[in-house]
Amino acid sequence: MNHKEEELKLLKDEIIQMWKLVISQLEKAKIAFLTNDVELALEIAQTEKRVNSMELKVERNCENYIALYNPVAIDLRLVLSIMKISISLERIGDYAEGIAHHIIDRDCNNIDNELIEELEIEKMFGVLLNMITNALVIFDLEETKSSRKILKKDKEVNRIYKMAFERLESYVLKNPKDALCGLKLILLIRKLERFGDHSGNIVEEIVFFLDAKVLKHKGKLE
Amino acid sequence: MIEAKNIDFYYGNFQALKNISMKIEPKTVTAFIGPSGCGKSTFLRIFNRMNDLIKDTQMEGECLINGQNIYDKSINIDNLRKDVGMVFQKPNPFPKSIFENVAYGLRVNNMGDKSFIGQRVEESLKDAALWDEVKDKLNKSAYELSGGQQQRLCIARALAVKPSIILMDEPASALDPISTSKIEELIHNLKNQYTIVIVTHNMQQAARVSDNTGFFMLGELIEYSNTKKMFLNPEKETTQNYITGRFG
Repeated sequence: MNHKEEELKLLKDEIIQMWKLVISQLEKAKIAFLTNDVELALEIAQTEKRVNSMELKVERNCENYIALYNPVAIDLRLVLSIMKISISLERIGDYAEGIAHHIIDRDCNNIDNELIEELEIEKMFGVLLNMITNALVIFDLEETKSSRKILKKDKEVNRIYKMAFERLESYVLKNPKDALCGLKLILLIRKLERFGDHSGNIVEEIVFFLDAKVLKHKGKLE
Repeated sequence: MIEAKNIDFYYGNFQALKNISMKIEPKTVTAFIGPSGCGKSTFLRIFNRMNDLIKDTQMEGECLINGQNIYDKSINIDNLRKDVGMVFQKPNPFPKSIFENVAYGLRVNNMGDKSFIGQRVEESLKDAALWDEVKDKLNKSAYELSGGQQQRLCIARALAVKPSIILMDEPASALDPISTSKIEELIHNLKNQYTIVIVTHNMQQAARVSDNTGFFMLGELIEYSNTKKMFLNPEKETTQNYITGRFG
């Protein structure tokens, strides 16, 4: 491996590190939400600063790499992809923090557990964690065969979002005293839905990096 | 339009070009890249028959310029080289004045009278982006110019006889970065009037100045495509390995 390749590998290792941190933030957010664990939520909020600083570091190192090594072809696509993936990961990190604040602020302390189950939030977390983890795997292995499979999972996220939104709407109408909590839960599932979109964007970036194909805005699920 | 068809070229028993075919559109810049000894300069020299001057060589195939095979017996080589000018790696002005360097091609070809030559010299120096720097010292020796200026003088000399094609064999490799960028800017501006083919070792230069790029290796044309495509998404893995520096 020559010097240039070593530097490129460092960039890749760095984004993988950030990726793993964001996945761990989400796993914690899932547990904290389902168990209403304020301590864990506080830990997530604290760790978010690390995600932000990693984004800045990745961005700066990508800029330096472009300036010093003039990458072309697959190397250029990798650096461009890493820059965009880091933006998406940072945004996903923000969502994890948002969920943590939902718990810290005790927005829905007295909400019915049955409602939470009906909203399939746990399942939504599961699908999303699966998407973002599998995206990391294909990035690391540099193998895009399963990219479409990952992208398709966003459909399931959108289905749950739509269903949960409607369920919460009727819940709030029937239980006006819980309206604030209902609204906060809508915001929370909206965050999860956006998380799905960002995971999709990340997979698209990986396909751009490895196959030089642009999937964006092309009806990727058809 | 330049069209090379199934070109093979041999230096003695060594085959330097292997069955190369390529079409070059008029008024475009085409860059040839590849490791040393890959055949890119040999292929460039096919277009104005400069290889004819090298002993013990043999060429097979056809090279058509505007539909005519330039290796046909009826071709006048002097006229061919007037139409297909060439600029070399090392600036090679003649030991004459700046004016006489540019006028040389016109004089040996008996092209026009004194005022015509004067006018053409001025035009060529302007086209080569050198006029402003030399207009007050046209009678000084060309050797007084800097390397970058000498190279632009050689370009002006090539332009003076109004070629339609200009071949450049690593025209900036002996120049400093400022002179290099002047040459690149010049290539960019000349594209409107001439077909330019450039051999370069500097891949970033190929990326900056050319519309299309051909990548050569071991006498073969590995890939020939639009430059943007070549540098973002090359078709062949060998090309990618070369342009990303993983070659060898």
